[in-house]
Amino acid sequence: MTARALVDRGSTLVGLVLVAAIFGALVGPQFFAPANLELMARQTAIVGMAALGMTMVIVAGGIDLSVGSVIALSTVVIALLLKGHRGPWAAALGGVAASAICGLANGLLITRLRVVPFIVTLGTMLVVRGAAKGLADERRIEAPATWLNDLLRSGAHGTTAILPPGIWLVIGLALLVSGVLGYTRFGRRLFAIGSNERMARLCGVRVERCKVAVYAAAAAFAGAGGVLQFSKLSVGDPTVAVGLELDVIAAVIIGGGSLLGGRGTVAGTLVGATIMTLIQIGCSQKGLPNWVQQLVTGGIIIGAVALDRVRSARS
Amino acid sequence: MKGPAEAGHSGRGSPEGGHDVENPRFEMRGIKKTFGATVALDGVDLSVRAGEVLALVGQNGAGKSTLMAILAGALASDSGAMRIDGRRFTPRSPLESRRAGIATIYQELSLAPHLSVMENILLGMEPARFGLLDWPRMRDTAARALAELGHDEIDPGARVETLSVAAQQLVEIARALASGCRVLVLDEPTSSLGRDDVARLFALVRRLKAQGRAIVYISHFIEEVKAIADRFVVLRDGRHAGGGDIAAATPDAIIGMMVGREVADLFPRSPRRRGAAILDVDGLEPGSATFTLHRGEILGIAGLIGAGRTRLLRTIFGLEPVRRGHVRIATYSGACPPDERWKQGAGLLSEDRKAEGLAPGLTVADNLTLTRLDPFGPAGLVSPARQHETARRWISTLGIRCAGAAQAAAELSGGNQQKVALARLLHHDVDLLILDEPTRGIDVASKAQIYALIDALVADTPGRPAKAVLVVSSYLPELVGLCDRVAVMCRGTLGAARDATRVTEHELMMAATGAEAPSSAP
Repeated sequence: MTARALVDRGSTLVGLVLVAAIFGALVGPQFFAPANLELMARQTAIVGMAALGMTMVIVAGGIDLSVGSVIALSTVVIALLLKGHRGPWAAALGGVAASAICGLANGLLITRLRVVPFIVTLGTMLVVRGAAKGLADERRIEAPATWLNDLLRSGAHGTTAILPPGIWLVIGLALLVSGVLGYTRFGRRLFAIGSNERMARLCGVRVERCKVAVYAAAAAFAGAGGVLQFSKLSVGDPTVAVGLELDVIAAVIIGGGSLLGGRGTVAGTLVGATIMTLIQIGCSQKGLPNWVQQLVTGGIIIGAVALDRVRSARS
Repeated sequence: MKGPAEAGHSGRGSPEGGHDVENPRFEMRGIKKTFGATVALDGVDLSVRAGEVLALVGQNGAGKSTLMAILAGALASDSGAMRIDGRRFTPRSPLESRRAGIATIYQELSLAPHLSVMENILLGMEPARFGLLDWPRMRDTAARALAELGHDEIDPGARVETLSVAAQQLVEIARALASGCRVLVLDEPTSSLGRDDVARLFALVRRLKAQGRAIVYISHFIEEVKAIADRFVVLRDGRHAGGGDIAAATPDAIIGMMVGREVADLFPRSPRRRGAAILDVDGLEPGSATFTLHRGEILGIAGLIGAGRTRLLRTIFGLEPVRRGHVRIATYSGACPPDERWKQGAGLLSEDRKAEGLAPGLTVADNLTLTRLDPFGPAGLVSPARQHETARRWISTLGIRCAGAAQAAAELSGGNQQKVALARLLHHDVDLLILDEPTRGIDVASKAQIYALIDALVADTPGRPAKAVLVVSSYLPELVGLCDRVAVMCRGTLGAARDATRVTEHELMMAATGAEAPSSAP
C-alpha cells in the first residue's frame, strides 16, 4: 500500500470522524447507540453496494448514470420472479442477471459506438427506467414473503450475527472488489485505462473488453443493490431509486475517486457512503429539515473535491 | 574553458563583464529556491539586454524550469532580486509577470483551439465598443502583430486548431508581442518543429532581436543554441555552471559544463553480430516500407516530422491498420493487435511520453510492469510487493531518480520518465524494441545512459541472444552514432537502408528533405 493511498484514505476517514462527532454532539449519545449504528449500516447498504461497482467504473475513467434505474429494474424482476413461484435464490440471481445485461449493453454501446459513457448511460438511464415501468405495468409489484425480505433485518431467524446478512454481503463484496482492484491484473489494468487509455492500448491492454466487463460488473453490483432495495421495500417498485446514481457517484468522489479516472478505493467509497448516511440520519434525528441535509451533503461533496485539489497541488 | 565571469564581446561589440555595463533589460541576482530539503536554485544570476538572445542550457533537473517559473511569476523565490529596466520586480502571479512585460512561450502551447487566430492573439484585451467586440479592429491588430513577425500569410480569422504546430507557435508569439512584452522566453521552442519551421523560427527570433526585444532561449540542442544565441548561461544542479559569449564556446565545452565532465563517447559501439531476421516488412502501406531487421542490429529511420515515420511504427505494432503489404515478427506473420505484438516479443516506446507513453497518475511500478504482470502471481493475481520489488530492481539498474517504486510517474523529470517507459520494454524482455524518438526532450546525461543501454542490448554477448532495435529519431547525430543502418523516410515513403558508418548527416538530411531521391542507396 502506498503512502499516498494511506493519506487519501486517512483524510476521508478524518472527515467521517468529524461528521460523526458533530452529529454526536448535536443529537446526543444515543446517536452512537448500537441500534442507531445498525440503522446507519442498513441505510448505507444499498448505496454502498452500487458504489462498489461505480468505484471500478470511475477508476477506469468512466461513469454510469443508469444505476438508479437498474436498481429499480432489479426490484421489479425479483418481484415478478417471486410472483411466478420461483425461489428466492433464483429471483435474486434473476435480478442481478437482468442488471448485468443492462451493464453489458452500456459497455457495448460505449465501446462500439465510441460515445462517451456520460451520454450512453444518460440514455440507458431512461431506457432502463422505462423498461422497468413497462415490465411492472407502472405499478408496484407485490410478492410473496421470503427470506429475501429479511436481508436487512437484524435478528431475523434468530441468528446471532451482529449485523443483518445484507450488510455482511456488502462487506464481503467490498473485500472482493478491493482485492480485484489492488491485486489482480484486471484491476491494475482498470487503473491503467483510467489514467491513460492510449498508453493502456499501447501496452496491449484490451481496453474495449475491459470496459465492457467493468460496466457489466458495475450494473451487476447495482442489481445486488436492487436485491437489498427489494428487501427493504418487500415489493418491486419501478419508481424507486430515482436520482440514486448521484448519491452513488458522490460516495465514490468523497472517498477520493477522480472523475478523470485512475483513482479511487473501495474503502474510501464506503467511508464516503457512510458520511452521507450520517448526514441524512443525523439531520433527521436532530429534526433538521431536508433542505439543511441537502446543503450539508452538497457542501461535503464540494469540500472533498476541493481538499483533494489542494492535496494534489501540494504534492 | 571560459569562466562565467570572463568577459566576451557580444555581436554588437558592447563591453560586457562580470556585471553588465550597459543596463540590462532584465536581470536576476542571487535567486535561491528550495523545495523541502532539495535546493533547486542556489544563488543564480542571469541578465539579458535589449536586442540580445540569451541561451539558457542545462540538463533536466538543473533548475531551468524553476528559474523560468520564478521569472513567469508561477513560483516565488526564497531570496534574490529581479529587475526589469532597472526597476525592482516581484511578481506574485503569472498575470503580474505578464503585465510587467514578460511573456513565456512554453513547449506545450496554451491556445484555445476552437477560437480564431485573432481571438487568441487578443485574448483578455479584446477591443470592444459598448461591450461589443470590435471585430474589424481585432482583425487589424492581429494582422499587424502577425505582419510584424513577417508571417502575414496566417489568416487572423482561421480557427487555431486548423493550423500547423509551427503556425500555432507563431500565434502564441504574436499574442506575446501584442501584449507588449519586453522579455520573451522561449522554452524548447523547436522540440515539435520540422527543420524548415525551425529555420523560419530562427529568422523570426533574429527579427525580434533587431526590434530590440530581450529573448531568453531555453534548449537542449547545442547546435541550435550556437546558431541563434549571443550569450549563454549553463545551469547545473541549481548553480551557474558557466556561460559567456557563445561564439567563443565549442559545443563540447558547453556539454562539458552541463554534465560537469567531458563527454567521453556519447555513442558506445560494442561488437555486434547480425543474427536471425526478426522483423520482416514487405511493401507495407502506409509507409511504402520494405526492410528486414536482424538480431544484433539497430536500424534507424530518419526523416522530417510529418514524414510518416511514427505512423509506420504504429502500423507495424498494430496500433494502426495495415492497408497493404506484409509484416512478420519472428515467426508470426500478418497484422496483429498490440497485445499480440507484446506476446510475440515486440515492444513499442511511444514518441509522446505524456499522452501515450506513461500513465502520469500511476506509480512507477505500475507503469513499468503493466505489459507483463503474470510473474507477480498465479491466476490473474498481482502481488504489489513482488511488483514493487521488480520495479526497484529496474530503478537501480537504470539509475532512475525517483522517491521509490510507489512514486507517481508524473512527478519524475522527463529523462527519468523516459527511462521508466524504456524499462517497460526491458521488463517485458522483448526481442524487438521499436523506439520512437527515444531521447526527445531529455537531458544529455540521460541520453548517454539510454544510448549505452541500447548498445548493450544488441551487443554480441555469449549465452544471450542479442536483441534487435528499430529506432526513429529526428536527431541525426543520434542515428548515425547509434545505428548499423539508417533508412530515410520522405513524404510517406521509406527509402532503402544505408550503412550508418558510411553515411553523413548531410546526406541523410538531403534525402529527408527530398533534395535527393530517397532510394539511391547501395
